[in-house]
Amino acid sequence: MDAVFKALADGSRRELLDRLHARNGQTLNELCEQMDMTRQAVSKHLAILEEANLVATARNGREKAHYLNPVPINDIAERWIGKYERGRLKALGDLKRNLERED
Amino acid sequence: MSSQYLYVTYIRTTPQKLWDALTSPEFQRKYWFNMHQESSWKAGSPWKMMFSDGRVADAGEILEADPPRRLVIKWRNEFNPELKAEGWSRCVYEIEEDAGVVKLTITHAIEKEKAKLIEAVAGGWPKILSSLKTYLETGTPLPRPIA
Repeated sequence: MDAVFKALADGSRRELLDRLHARNGQTLNELCEQMDMTRQAVSKHLAILEEANLVATARNGREKAHYLNPVPINDIAERWIGKYERGRLKALGDLKRNLERED
Repeated sequence: MSSQYLYVTYIRTTPQKLWDALTSPEFQRKYWFNMHQESSWKAGSPWKMMFSDGRVADAGEILEADPPRRLVIKWRNEFNPELKAEGWSRCVYEIEEDAGVVKLTITHAIEKEKAKLIEAVAGGWPKILSSLKTYLETGTPLPRPIA
């Protein structure tokens, strides 16, 4: 669990997860095109995310595709969000999203 | 283009216990939103996912079965006409053991871009896998989510 929190404690890595959330299964090249950093830095961040099991990879011929793996985040949520609170938290989350929506 | 999701979880258990949890209805009901699956889990045998009230949620066929390592299911939604119209998806379970921990990889894919079926199952898999992990590691499943 330490690895998950450490991996998430970095804006660039959270941005990489956002990119995969928007479009799953991207290659290193595709992710580099959208990030304002060197290929080496992107590759290093992806390795940390993969080590924390937040990113899972699959080989597709010569290419390696990266997938957002939300299971560890769900494990964390399940650990502290009680069975009675979940419905209310979802309602609060929906309210926040509605209020913060720009349109 | 196709839609694909990949999920990985690490569980402190054995490949055989994980295989049993994935393939036996009594186990499934405990961690799969009270749903269960019916199949003889051999290549070529039919496969069905059932709601607790007996309705069929999804159906298909076992394409490959190599217990306790690999299972491939041909999977189509049956209760939602829009999802059913998207046709067959393919769900692959891969089980690998590494130093007392078992790695479960689930790949769910369909030959259709932005498929609604994959979006629909994407919301469920992380919850199912967290509950499965908790069940196998502690003997108690997670409480079912409040709709």
